Amino acid sequence: MDLPPITNGFELVYQKPQTLTETPMHYCPGCGHGVVHRVLMEVIDEMGLQDRTIGVAPVGCSVFAYEYMNIDVQEAAHGRASAVATGIKRVLPDRVVFSYQGDGDLAAIGTAETIHTVNRGENILMLFINNGVYGMTGGQMAPTTLLGMKTTTSPYGRETSLAGYPLKITELLAQLPGSYYVTRQAAHTAAAVRKLKKAVQLSLQYQLLNKGTCFIEVVSNCPSGWKMTPTESNKWLEANMFPIYPLGDLKTPAQPMN
Amino acid sequence: MIRGKVTIAEEICKGCELCITACPQESLGLSDKINLKGYRYAVLIQDNCTGCINCALVCPDAAITVYRQKKPVKGVGPQVQIAA
Amino acid sequence: MTNKVMPTLDKTEVRLMKGNEALAEAALRAGMQAYFGYPITPQSEVIEYLMAEQPKHKNCVVLQAESEVAAINMVFGASGAGARVMISSSGPGISLMQEGISYMASAQLPCLIVNVQRGGPGLGTIQPSQGDYFQATKGGGHGDYRLIVLAPGSVQEMADFVFEGFRLAEKYRTPALILTDGALGQMMEKVSLPPLGSLPYPDTPWATMGKKPGEKRHIITSLFMQPEEMEEVNMTLQKKYRLIEETEVRYEEFGVDDADVLLVAFGLVARICQKAMQQARARGLKVGLLRPITLFPFPEKRIAELSARVASVLTVEMNAGQMLEDVRLAVEGRCPVHFKGRMGGMIPSPDEVLEAIEAIAEKHNVELQR
Repeated sequence: MDLPPITNGFELVYQKPQTLTETPMHYCPGCGHGVVHRVLMEVIDEMGLQDRTIGVAPVGCSVFAYEYMNIDVQEAAHGRASAVATGIKRVLPDRVVFSYQGDGDLAAIGTAETIHTVNRGENILMLFINNGVYGMTGGQMAPTTLLGMKTTTSPYGRETSLAGYPLKITELLAQLPGSYYVTRQAAHTAAAVRKLKKAVQLSLQYQLLNKGTCFIEVVSNCPSGWKMTPTESNKWLEANMFPIYPLGDLKTPAQPMN
Repeated sequence: MIRGKVTIAEEICKGCELCITACPQESLGLSDKINLKGYRYAVLIQDNCTGCINCALVCPDAAITVYRQKKPVKGVGPQVQIAA
Repeated sequence: MTNKVMPTLDKTEVRLMKGNEALAEAALRAGMQAYFGYPITPQSEVIEYLMAEQPKHKNCVVLQAESEVAAINMVFGASGAGARVMISSSGPGISLMQEGISYMASAQLPCLIVNVQRGGPGLGTIQPSQGDYFQATKGGGHGDYRLIVLAPGSVQEMADFVFEGFRLAEKYRTPALILTDGALGQMMEKVSLPPLGSLPYPDTPWATMGKKPGEKRHIITSLFMQPEEMEEVNMTLQKKYRLIEETEVRYEEFGVDDADVLLVAFGLVARICQKAMQQARARGLKVGLLRPITLFPFPEKRIAELSARVASVLTVEMNAGQMLEDVRLAVEGRCPVHFKGRMGGMIPSPDEVLEAIEAIAEKHNVELQR
């Protein structure tokens, strides 16, 4: 990327990371995916890991994640990102490997792969974007859809007798001995983005030390799926998602079973 | 007050307005014009930016670059070199 | 005539082994770098043997996955990262892998898949079968793709075809499959093995091993959203399959030169047919045998040639008549094509095959007398 023009008397304090490609992202306006992509590439840049990082993209809105990340990437089948990441990490243990999945991918069709990857303590970072809907296919109900939440496949609101309860898979994964660092973050405010970046930094540092699975849930928005403006969706996120999916660390090396 | 500047890649911006919400100075607004994708894009509407980078942090499209006025350093002339 | 082109391996050690063990040992000697599997009868000896031997092969990852679905996707990841990878299972497990196999064919990733067939459909039985011929040779998963399919007929070939399977998969960057069965997997025979390092590693400049500075990143994907691009990928795959059809056909023949009845059978059944053929010849019936070694590419040209010379063809299989369809397509009506099959884990005896041969010969004589 060309350096932005130098403004005399001013210094550059923020620009997009070099490892994020120039390709404009296909995400809807205000979608949290772009922020998470950028934060991840920022950390990879700052830690100098571009030449040794391999990502695994999912099926869902972020199926094209590899278009935006200037690193080696494999595109996995729906739900299988953590199995693909396992295959990569096992044969290239000195590389940094991450998987990137949404809620339908990681917590519905890929539940078995998710749980067993973490249970083996695969030395990878698993990034989990939870916005409570299947975005790419048009806003259908996900395992993390809130009770009463209307989606295209729960048009009258999610109801327990038919569709069970919001799956708190991150809490579940924190119980497994294979997970080393489990945290729930967001990306909707500047403060949240700073915390998310710290979590990504920590996770990759732990991976370099072979500590086991690091798992970051990012509770995010889906303005199109939720049928709201981006700003409204972030307010809704705080009011409705955070009470069910509270932010913070679920498991840290200092507090292994929080 | 520390002075800042932002440049916004207007063809990348999708007009989601998250930067406008994030800006503590209310420096940003939407353009009157539309870009090639048909979006009204974010622009500086007040010259009171402090270069806090909040807008860039929440921008989902990595469209914002932020500059901040350099603190004067004694004995050193105007700097033009900027580290990437 | 025999078209059994295989690279010559310098065999240095002779052992008495089960087919599944010979296959596993061969994989280690072929320099396999990763194996992902899941237990299922009648192939569990493969993963058991590999787990036991792994400490002697520190460069080989052996991992028991949580399912065949996970296992094939681990294979995807490891293959995409440039490793020589194998996976094995039996029919029900191979069915679960079809998604991953289709993705690998599309992403052009090499790997070796082993199906130690058991009787089906459904949960079926654990006895040997050839009921997965369609699944193996016609694609199995979604989309237009083929696997290179090798059908061993002995414990020796269970070992040899591992080398050949890896070699072909890597040469064409496509999954190859060894289609064997529970009997070959379980029976013990003498097997000669080459030493470790007999199979050189290919260059994998396309693999995702970390983007080299100054070079373009590597992306392993089977997603091509633009239909023009997806068609282009399909054409690339089809071109590759045509090339495989032109260059990699393998088969073995016995007594076809003067044959009136041509037996066509693969794998274990070809050995049963050899016995039946001997018995038939002892009774003065001119019977020959063609054993396809590659089921894809299928030796259709050779079968077409022979069908112009023989009075009839008898296809024998441990299924309801699957390869039979390919034989008929190759024969194109030049002579009658008969079928003898047992299903559900039953193995045809040489006497049963002989009976079928005699019935054909009798019918043929009656027709000649008319």
